[in-house]
Amino acid sequence: MWRRLREAARRAKRNPLTVVGLLMVALVIVLAIFAPWIAPHPRDIQVVHPNDLFRPPSLEHLFGTDEMGRDILSRVIFGTRISLRIGTLVVVLALAIGLPLGIIAGTFGGLLDEILMRVTDIFLSFPPLLLAMAISAALGPRLENAMIAIAIAWWPWYARLIRSEAVSIRERAYVEAARAVGTSWPRILLRHVLPNCLAPVIVQASMDFGSVILTSASLSFLGLGAQPPTPEWGLMITVGRTFFLTHWWIVTFPGLAILLAVLAFNLTGDGLREILDPKAKRW
Amino acid sequence: MISYVTRRLALSLLSLLGVSIIAFTLTRVIPSDPADMWMGPHATVEQIERARIELGLDKPIPVQYGLYVAGFLRGDWGTSIVTKQPVLRDLGTYLPASIELILVGMIIAFAVGIPLGILSAAKCGTSIDHASRLLSITGVALPSFWLAMLLQLVLGKMLGLFPLSGRLDFTMEILHAPHRLTGSYLVDAVFTANWPVLRDALWHIALPAVTLAMYPLGLSTRLIRTTLLEVLGEDYIRTARASGMRESKVLAVYALRNAVGPVLTVGALTFGYSLVSTFLIESLFAWPGLGRYAAKAIVSVDYPAIMGVTLLVAATYVILNLVVDLVQAFMDPRIRLS
Repeated sequence: MWRRLREAARRAKRNPLTVVGLLMVALVIVLAIFAPWIAPHPRDIQVVHPNDLFRPPSLEHLFGTDEMGRDILSRVIFGTRISLRIGTLVVVLALAIGLPLGIIAGTFGGLLDEILMRVTDIFLSFPPLLLAMAISAALGPRLENAMIAIAIAWWPWYARLIRSEAVSIRERAYVEAARAVGTSWPRILLRHVLPNCLAPVIVQASMDFGSVILTSASLSFLGLGAQPPTPEWGLMITVGRTFFLTHWWIVTFPGLAILLAVLAFNLTGDGLREILDPKAKRW
Repeated sequence: MISYVTRRLALSLLSLLGVSIIAFTLTRVIPSDPADMWMGPHATVEQIERARIELGLDKPIPVQYGLYVAGFLRGDWGTSIVTKQPVLRDLGTYLPASIELILVGMIIAFAVGIPLGILSAAKCGTSIDHASRLLSITGVALPSFWLAMLLQLVLGKMLGLFPLSGRLDFTMEILHAPHRLTGSYLVDAVFTANWPVLRDALWHIALPAVTLAMYPLGLSTRLIRTTLLEVLGEDYIRTARASGMRESKVLAVYALRNAVGPVLTVGALTFGYSLVSTFLIESLFAWPGLGRYAAKAIVSVDYPAIMGVTLLVAATYVILNLVVDLVQAFMDPRIRLS
């Protein structure tokens, strides 16, 4: 165990970008957990200050204030909570649908597998943002609906990924051996197939964390996700778009937060792939 | 080959059928009152009742689906609540401007991304490689709508290098009115030798096209790099090197040929993605295309228009993927025989 961890750390060190990504993810998590203590004006999530509208960045308000006089830095910090919640819920929901379907279809094959492949084909016929957009437009503009919509657009990717892993694991000698000694199918799925297809799933999930944050910000920008006064980054940019030519700080900082958060998860996912999948060492 | 083509065609048809089922579900089944949605937020009770009968909501669901598909095939995609025009006609009006924008964006993306990917693979592990990797990951992580505003702010307003929005200058539109042949100002200007308009149109398309280019740029750089690195490990490359072939020739003749497939795939994929990205950025640039139409439809809950755009984009995406797969199978026997 220790040797594997040391080996992983050694490989991570060779790629400085991975370390940067991991540190950024850690920062996002710390900000989210301690937001009320770190944010300089935690009450600005709700409270407006009619006398402090459009203040440019200063020592008092490092990121300036918005059109309601609220401290943008504090809102960006609280935004980490929302983005992390969206990322976690969507990825967990998509995995909850995709993982069991993929593993069963991949292991048993047959008609079930054929049906799953055709159904996922249909979902994959949409660019994910388009499908998420159409679904959340049908469900109505709320953050919860946007999350459900993104998860519905996302599960087929997991189902396909896990299925292809399960198909290759099905043929392995240890599965044959388990079957020969009469191990029950649920046990084979849980003890043999599932653990061995987790590595690529973890890599994909951490990459998707970034894509999901970006997608939900895009939905909010279109008016389909979070609603005011939620401190959601995409929504902050939507509201600020009216003023950005005269008050640059209103959109610049929330956008930077989106970019850095997405970047953090993508770099981490990339690095994890190198660590967990030594075959793809070059990446 | 024929069996591959038949299978691929059948799968695409199945996908289109599925797309129509999803669109039907979203318009007719999920909304609590489709008639309400159909008529928009300001309808009277009588209008909604009439819509219910017009939409056939009193009939069984399979019959409703049949009528829905039949309507689409006849070209009856509903009437937009905002523009009061048939949705299909609206799409025809707005699509050319978007396609022009996306194609220019993809040209920029591939012109930068392909050389960068090659360079990155050739110098694997160096600081050039790390920098291009960071650029490609950033390209994929950038919120396009935010980049659009930053470009407008810095290059447009502060430095005054590019116009903030629109397709043409207002005076240009009056002085050198472009003739509409294809709907693309660039192509039309070239055909009619209208050079002032060409210059001005290029000027205007620069910022939105660069914004759209970032995603395909990141993706293509990355894909070219991985493909080349994979190929460079093959035995025939070692043979070529061992027989004293120059490295540049190995790259250009043997390795790059394998990158054609991935480039085509990424082209089809990102064309579809870019169509959706236009929803986010066209309004910002006042670009009169499909994206601005879609964004406006979403804000005003213009259901027929939203579904029309969704179906059009999904169908384009399916068909492009089909074409790319067929072209690849035609070029590469390994695909059609497997």
